[in-house]
Amino acid sequence: MAVTDRVHTPPPTRQRAPRDKSVKRLAFSQKVSKWDVKLSPYLYISPFFLLFAVTGLFPLLYTAWVSLHSWNLIGGQGEFTGLENYEFVLAQPFFWNAVGNTFSIFLLSSVPQVVIAIAIAAVLDANLRARTFWRMGVLVPFVVAPVAVGLIFNNLFADQAGLVNEMLVGVGLDPVRWHSDSLASHAAIATMVNFRWTGYNALIFLAAMQAIPRDVYEAATIDGAGRLRQFFSVTVPMLRPTIIFVVITATIGGLQIFDEARVFDQAGLGGADRQWQTLTMYIWELGWGQRNFGRASAVAWLLFLIIVIIAMANFLITRRIANQGGRQ
Amino acid sequence: MHSRARITALSAAAACLALALTACGSGGAENAGTDGETGTEDVTLSVGTFNEFGYEELFTEYEELNPNVTIEHKKAATSNEARDNLTTRLAAGSGLSDIEGIEVDWLPELLEYPDQFADLSDPAVEGRWLDWKTAAATTEDGQLIGYGTDAGPQGVCYRADLFEKAGLPSDRESVADMLDGSWQDYFDAGKEFVAASDGVAWFDSAGATYQGMINQVQNAYEDNEGAVIATDNSEVKDIYEQVLQASVTDGLSAHLTQWEDDWVASFQSDAFATKLCPGWMLGVIEGNAEGVEGWDIADVFPGGGGNWGGSYLTIPTQGANQAEAKKLAEWLTAPEQQVKAFESKGTFPSQVEALESDALLGQTNAFFNDAPTGEILANRATAVEVTPFKGPKYFAINDAMQQALTRVDVDETDDPDSSWEKFVTAVGAL
Repeated sequence: MAVTDRVHTPPPTRQRAPRDKSVKRLAFSQKVSKWDVKLSPYLYISPFFLLFAVTGLFPLLYTAWVSLHSWNLIGGQGEFTGLENYEFVLAQPFFWNAVGNTFSIFLLSSVPQVVIAIAIAAVLDANLRARTFWRMGVLVPFVVAPVAVGLIFNNLFADQAGLVNEMLVGVGLDPVRWHSDSLASHAAIATMVNFRWTGYNALIFLAAMQAIPRDVYEAATIDGAGRLRQFFSVTVPMLRPTIIFVVITATIGGLQIFDEARVFDQAGLGGADRQWQTLTMYIWELGWGQRNFGRASAVAWLLFLIIVIIAMANFLITRRIANQGGRQ
Repeated sequence: MHSRARITALSAAAACLALALTACGSGGAENAGTDGETGTEDVTLSVGTFNEFGYEELFTEYEELNPNVTIEHKKAATSNEARDNLTTRLAAGSGLSDIEGIEVDWLPELLEYPDQFADLSDPAVEGRWLDWKTAAATTEDGQLIGYGTDAGPQGVCYRADLFEKAGLPSDRESVADMLDGSWQDYFDAGKEFVAASDGVAWFDSAGATYQGMINQVQNAYEDNEGAVIATDNSEVKDIYEQVLQASVTDGLSAHLTQWEDDWVASFQSDAFATKLCPGWMLGVIEGNAEGVEGWDIADVFPGGGGNWGGSYLTIPTQGANQAEAKKLAEWLTAPEQQVKAFESKGTFPSQVEALESDALLGQTNAFFNDAPTGEILANRATAVEVTPFKGPKYFAINDAMQQALTRVDVDETDDPDSSWEKFVTAVGAL
């Protein structure tokens, strides 16, 4: 060992210089290809993130900056006021009223929407004649502009002259005060939202349903499960990831609801007693009605925080559900 | 998620493009000015209006008179839409038309930024308009930011057939005699009517009636320095209580909110018998009450004259062709042209000379039982005595007040006292 060691050690010292060069050259081209492998995926997706930085991140941060100042829509930047705008807004009854309305409309729209969408998807998944016609049919409401939907439903839900109330009176019930009673107005607005989005969600569910292997159903049929049992024990559990996706997108959309509530009356402020003023409408009232961008930005940031909190809660809950699914 | 992201990306790209375009577009603004030469160089002027200004034919006429001018008309459907457009582009500093139509309600908030608008005061147009019309558009330093177009002198529109049924005099002159006097007289006549009318209300809405009353108060919500006095002003509180007493306690109101679907539909169902109506309201009533016979208009307004609405043409300083734009605005708002607009769309002129023109005075309206509407409205315009002071917060405070009235009159969510408390809170938050 000792002898061979002695014999063999010198050569490397003699040959070190040329070998090093080739090693270096090799290392550099290796590095380049390493970078290529490591970096190019990021480069490929970077356009989205660059755009996001311009259209998403920058407005977000700039809104935070605006919210710390007194800021007029036309007059522009005023003094730095710290958290004053937040303190002011949090002390406003209209703010908390808007938070309540937003959640109420969100729940009244999202929950029935998901349930009905799954039911429609299940029907569409069955063997129907003119399948494409029915499938495209459920998407038609989604194509209608929200403001047009608002105009149509406004007519239906007018307090004295509306079709819905006339029908209620026709069958001997009391007319509902759609524009005076808070909960009634939320239900009416939720109806518009559901009209628009249920079909869209139904198609997403339908796509997911068709991805469920048919042999699972065959096995269930052999085990003696009826249609209903199959739906609840096979279809719904297999749809879980899709349901999670739909719930999360519905949450983000629902908390930002604006169009349908805004066109629910002509003034667009959410009613004389702010019966259906949502958070985004409150932002609009502060920013464009009162031209106080500082306060409007403060509410925008509070809304952002609320959405982040809800999204995190959503994530935790759905992860637990997903884990349970995995164990089964 | 993917589709949403893609839509976001697309709209972002569109926005970038739009930004780039407007940035290019505003480049020429620097060498412009109201004092510049106007002449033979080809120029395209954009004019932003809303609702019906009645200018379509006038634009063609002007283009024929001035072959070098091309006019591009940008028409917004509602005044709210026009206001949003105006404020957003004022804030952005570009994108406005060379001439922008504005409504009297937004004047106070715009008067706060006089350097955004060209000074239009000019000896040539002095005395062209009714005094109160010009006064409302003039800053403290004497800068005139807009040329008056139309005005909204108010009379009382009424249903002669329903009056007759309730045993009230129904011809124009007797009705004017009966309603002449204070608001209390108007409400008292209403009580008499409602007692005999079998469920027909006296007026449409507490808010609309309040609007007529508050426009006769010199300093309703703000003192001349702009300090808010709305919640301490006993005049405001008195009118508030008087109109709610009449609407709710005495049951004179049809409990409607102006412009809502129910209000529009109510014209077909004999819901009420009178309505305060500025000139531009005649067309609205005619449209909503199509097929209903019996509407008429009386040459009277409770509590003195009153004006509701009316517009101005302004020239934003961000425009590139201010001199040419001023020439066009001056031409459009001249009495001769404004009379033509009146004939075309019923926008009642605010120019002194126009009020004496035969074309205007001879105007009758078939829907309103052939009433001489031109003459009646001209009388109503000269009867206006008070120019209410409207400071920067007028619009917002009046909005809060309208909601306070709606809560009691229409929604019934509050009684007058609790609704007033909410009004005080809302004003405090401005």
